[in-house]
Amino acid sequence: MASITFSELKDTSSRYWFLAGLIGLFAALGLGSAYYMEHHGHIVTGMNNSIVWGMPHVFAVFLIVAASGALNAASIASVFGKMVYKPLAPLSGLLAIALLAGGLTVLMLDLGRPDRLIVAMTYLNLKSVFAWNVVLYTGFFTFVAVYLWTMMDKTMGAYTKAAGMAAFIWRLVLTTGTGSIFGFLVARDPYSTSLLAPMFIIMSFAYGMALYLLVLMAIYTGSGRPLGDAILQRLGRLLGVFVAAVLYFVFVYHLTNLYFTKQHAIEKFILMDGGIYTTMFWVGQIFIGGVLPLVILLNAKLRASRTLLVAACLMVVAGGLAQMYVTIIGGQAFPLNIFPGWQQSSSFFDGAIHHYAPSLPETLLGLGGLAIALLIVTFGVKVLRFLPASLADADVDPHTKA
Amino acid sequence: MNQPQNTENQAAQTVDEHRRNFIGTSAALAGLTIAPGVMVYGIAHSKPEQEAVTNKVRWGMLIDSSKCADGCTDCVSACFTENGVSLPSTPPKETDSQWIRKVELKDMRTGREQSLPVMCQHCEEPPCVDVCPTGASFKRADGIVLVDRHICIGCRYCMMACPYKARSFVHEELTDQSPDVPRGKGCVESCTMCVHRVDRGEKPACVEACTKAGHEAILFGDLNDPNSEIAKRIASKATVQLRADLALNPGVRYEGF
Repeated sequence: MASITFSELKDTSSRYWFLAGLIGLFAALGLGSAYYMEHHGHIVTGMNNSIVWGMPHVFAVFLIVAASGALNAASIASVFGKMVYKPLAPLSGLLAIALLAGGLTVLMLDLGRPDRLIVAMTYLNLKSVFAWNVVLYTGFFTFVAVYLWTMMDKTMGAYTKAAGMAAFIWRLVLTTGTGSIFGFLVARDPYSTSLLAPMFIIMSFAYGMALYLLVLMAIYTGSGRPLGDAILQRLGRLLGVFVAAVLYFVFVYHLTNLYFTKQHAIEKFILMDGGIYTTMFWVGQIFIGGVLPLVILLNAKLRASRTLLVAACLMVVAGGLAQMYVTIIGGQAFPLNIFPGWQQSSSFFDGAIHHYAPSLPETLLGLGGLAIALLIVTFGVKVLRFLPASLADADVDPHTKA
Repeated sequence: MNQPQNTENQAAQTVDEHRRNFIGTSAALAGLTIAPGVMVYGIAHSKPEQEAVTNKVRWGMLIDSSKCADGCTDCVSACFTENGVSLPSTPPKETDSQWIRKVELKDMRTGREQSLPVMCQHCEEPPCVDVCPTGASFKRADGIVLVDRHICIGCRYCMMACPYKARSFVHEELTDQSPDVPRGKGCVESCTMCVHRVDRGEKPACVEACTKAGHEAILFGDLNDPNSEIAKRIASKATVQLRADLALNPGVRYEGF
């Protein structure tokens, strides 16, 4: 393999600054929305006492899960020793940090008291999965930052494998923690299952890989650097395997619930008569986020088209957001069953399907998180050497035939 | 003969008046003497401010749904007035804080109807306390589950975890708060079992209101004291814990449904 040269993005064209400005605008809109929500209270959002987590959480959890998955390329290079992936590793690390930062920003700014961030970091209830996550997020930033250091500083090269292994183990623990935020909720039928932890891990593989591919293609196409088909074919096929695995986990999750009589009501709600949630599930999560990309990604001819590959990645991302919407909001829309066997009603909406209509500010806050992540990447690749000058097939792996 | 008899009668009447006045004054004096004592007795049996609560007592409630009158919401009104919570809007909004609500129940098989109040169940193993990242949700030694408004960050994880939908999030700025009950925008809140009253040796507002309305459907007391009425009732009658399958051992029990 030819030696790979990494270099900063020297692009100072108006197109770069326009893109950076556009992303910056969304980031600013997100921050402005957070200020508006903080000032007026959550009354200006669609969230309420029944749907307590809404659109910001859909974006935040998606970004945090995708952050773990964005590290795929780096993990495959360092942990599984696939040399072809080595040039892809630094961007993988940068994207992982950026997505986590974006997700956490949204999560933090949606708090009822965002001004108490210091309290969240200094008062830790060690039995809380949320508190574990505070440690997991901090650890993830640290491990990936050290990993990047070992990759980008030649004198530290000897430690890359060890740092890569640590980051790999940590990302699995991190996503286990994210899945367990829901998995440990004993009171709610759609959530209380340990299956959510591994399911979130496999979802992270898919969402993170899709975002990675999109960012990689955007940067290389935009900057005019060579990007070979072989590497895209590999990553695309791998994404297909991940998407198939996600569908398998979703199938097992619902099959188990359908077997348990006590879960029939919630399953009927999500799969059959839940309105927007049923549509989001079948059309968004399963068809757009699963079946369609699978058809493209597992077919070598279709996958060879960059347009179709981009479309598949975009569909995986859209399906991922739909999945989060169904899981987080659909799961809360179905009422708690405090009195099994009794029809329930009250002024507090017991027994009723809960209503949620996302407002503009909370949606902008969620999008702002994505924008912050992209802004970090846009800035990062410009100032540091994250990107190989060429990812042409011959430069990456002369033996590979696309 | 008649004249001496009249004189005797007059003398007897005067003596009676003196006796009556004496007894009256004594009674008044006795009252004045005992009254502070009774007050001191009351204070002595409430918890002094500086004294920490202990797990010797576990405060609880027993709600008899057969005595809970259909359509009566006195417990709800009393709670909201006591704690400075605005009554739910008409029609109710899902952003309204509700510390206690009347739930109407209809048996899906028989059609039998019931009505009962639901509030924080003050679990022995509260899921809200488990999940709270900062420890703002906490359980006092005497079993009362509370939110520390100083360290609640408003993440709402406790609301996701509570099986009873007992908690509310303050969605907007508040005015006219009760000095006894701190509340605030961006924090989570729920029934405190009127902890400020309990610490003064009084009963929670909902209990008092229900008694005042003549229903006596809510019994308040120390579950740990075998001689308390609530402990005796629970020991002798079939009572129900909501979502008993979760093994949270709530401090609020129900009977009659």
